[in-house]
Amino acid sequence: MTVLAPDARPALPPSPYRVVDRGRETSDTATIVLEPVRSALPPFSPGQFAMVFGFGVGDIPLSVSRIEGDRLTHTVRSVGAISTRLASLEPGAPVGVRGPFGTGWDLSAAAGLDLLIVAGGLGLAPLRTLITAALRAPERYGRLNVLVGARSPGDLLYAGQPERWRNAGARVLVTVDRPDDTWRGDVGVVTGLLNRAGFDPDRTVAFLCGPEVMMRATARDLARRGIAPDRIQLSLERTMHCGTGHCGHCQLGPLLLCRDGPVVRWDRAEPLLAVREL
Amino acid sequence: MTVGTPASTVLDKDGLDALIALLAGDGRTVIGPTVRDQAIVLAEITSGAELPYGWGVELEAGHYRLRSRTDGAAFAHSAGPQSWKTYLHPQRERQWTADLTADGDMEVREETSQPPAYAFIGVRPCDLRAIAIQDRVLGGGPHADTRYAARRRQAFVVAVECTEPGATCFCVSMGTGPAVGPGYDLALTEVVDGGGHRFLARAGSAEGEEVLSRLPHVPADEETAGTARRLVEEAAGRMGRTMPEVDLRALMQETLDADRWNDVTARCLTCGNCTMACPTCFCTSVEDVTDLTGEHAERWRRWESCFDVDFTHLSAGPVRASPLSRYRQWLTHKVGTWHDQFDSTGCVGCGRCIVWCPVGIDITEEAHALNAERAAARGAGEVSR
Ligand SMILES: Cc1cc2nc3c(=O)[nH]c(=O)nc-3n(C[C@H](O)[C@H](O)[C@H](O)COP(=O)(O)OP(=O)(O)OC[C@H]3O[C@@H](n4cnc5c(N)ncnc54)[C@H](O)[C@@H]3O)c2cc1C
Ligand code: SF4
Ligand code: SF4
Repeated sequence: MTVLAPDARPALPPSPYRVVDRGRETSDTATIVLEPVRSALPPFSPGQFAMVFGFGVGDIPLSVSRIEGDRLTHTVRSVGAISTRLASLEPGAPVGVRGPFGTGWDLSAAAGLDLLIVAGGLGLAPLRTLITAALRAPERYGRLNVLVGARSPGDLLYAGQPERWRNAGARVLVTVDRPDDTWRGDVGVVTGLLNRAGFDPDRTVAFLCGPEVMMRATARDLARRGIAPDRIQLSLERTMHCGTGHCGHCQLGPLLLCRDGPVVRWDRAEPLLAVREL
Repeated sequence: MTVGTPASTVLDKDGLDALIALLAGDGRTVIGPTVRDQAIVLAEITSGAELPYGWGVELEAGHYRLRSRTDGAAFAHSAGPQSWKTYLHPQRERQWTADLTADGDMEVREETSQPPAYAFIGVRPCDLRAIAIQDRVLGGGPHADTRYAARRRQAFVVAVECTEPGATCFCVSMGTGPAVGPGYDLALTEVVDGGGHRFLARAGSAEGEEVLSRLPHVPADEETAGTARRLVEEAAGRMGRTMPEVDLRALMQETLDADRWNDVTARCLTCGNCTMACPTCFCTSVEDVTDLTGEHAERWRRWESCFDVDFTHLSAGPVRASPLSRYRQWLTHKVGTWHDQFDSTGCVGCGRCIVWCPVGIDITEEAHALNAERAAARGAGEVSR
């Protein structure tokens, strides 16, 4: 029948990849690097996600936290059966990958403007690819502000990298909710850093990822400070079983977040997130 | 038209029987309505004799009963408990398998079993539209469901116009019936009167035309064609239900915090029957199974209902925990956000969700109530009829 899309790209089954590296980030989070066994999937862009299959347990959506040639890097927090399996895989272990899926960050919207990146907890994973992309093309963007919040110093991801981002010209501020004896940095929620970030709302594009309450609070705050809602982008999370727009789980009102998200602009997201249990 | 078949022709009961035999003879699995367990179900049939000649149905909210008809009509009954999605978008399906290999890698194979070539007999205009809606959802978009598309491409569709709408039908409100729209291979209109028991038949595709030319038929006479047209026109005036004549998408957007949701939620059991019966509901969950060796894994997909609390499971808990939010999701998706997602409504007015709801919740009554509440809040006009 005519409505059946002739040029549609089937997204089944997963392509075999292999774990080639694994590093522990925090007590419950690890970063795994995957390499295609045969051919690679089409290239991923920052903010997009893959459905990563752990043999016999199932697949879950994971953002790419680094893109290097054919290699895909994911940072996984163990919260249930599948994520725990994936986070514990050793080099050599087989996985299956489908993707790339989703909208990704619209970095082009920030051309000629300053970037304000706000990450809460694991939310730094999908933002890391964006930071790297912005630092690679400094001539295209203005200032790069990176604000990072975590529960405790032990929950901070990517040890050593904030230092490298600073050296490359970014301003990086880090805060934790619960400091330990060694912590010399900021304490409190990430929105507390906004005053010190010193951005010009008229020439800033903001990119947020973290727990939904944190993104809501931050986006509201930024809008109040004068950043236009369509210049605030956030990456949302909902259940996803397929990644291809067919399973229905990831609906947020009019949006299918695997297709129309996960990155959504605040002008679109605000009225939807304002409805309880939409 | 290429073959020497007139634009429309007339088949008698033997002709209909011959059609089923011909489609089966061409290697198709023929599915049609037939009586089983006190209901008119869809099942594989091999002859016209299995059609529900002489059976009608009595429908109300939460109520379904067969009743015999004196006119012996085969298609004077409205939608039964199943719909064609049972065949095009099966309840449970294996999608792929994975095996661990001796060298520690994983071999993945897409499901290759050949889906049957179906012929569907007696697809209602509302259900024909429901198939077109699922075509967009499952067969459209950047990633097509290739197995759905394969089943769909092969299916031969014999539509039947509605001459006897049920008490729960509202296809006129949804613009889907009772006259047949595009998308069929053959369309039939059943006429039983002094002139005999016959079916006005016309082809909607080259394949339909070719099939029709191989059947014993006579060119349509004025009288049969005129009666068929009149019966369908009259059916349009006998709808059991209506939807409010307003922009339903806007109505849903503007009533997200209406009181009515509390009212309906007090009655709804969140059993999900409505989603299973609905011909357009498409949601699924996946399940992974492994065999005893632990070296062979299979990916299965099954129908899922948005009424299931685990439907929105996140590690932090379900997004739609309350029954209110789940009923609201079902209705607002069906007639509201479906437009945003797939450029059409998700409701075709078949009435199944009304009939098969154990407590008789009626989607049209809920929409009218929401419209009345909105009108009252506005303190002005726009009340439903
Ligand atoms: C776009 C996107 C990007 C993401 N990126 C990352 C990332 O980079 N890193 C990261 O760690 N996490 C990420 N997540 C979150 C991650 O996908 C979840 O933490 C993960 O799905 C948890 O899976 P699990 O099996 O370990 O845990 P569980 O919470 O047990 O289950 C997770 C999934 O399995 C299904 N499921 C489990 N139990 C049930 C049940 N009872 N009923 C129905 N379904 C069930 C659901 O699909 C559920 O989402 C992302 C999520 C999204 C949507
Ligand atoms: S919502 Fe109800 S009336 Fe509408 S198509 Fe689905 S089952 Fe039929
Ligand atoms: S509306 Fe009726 S059929 Fe649907 S979930 Fe509620 S009780 Fe079940």
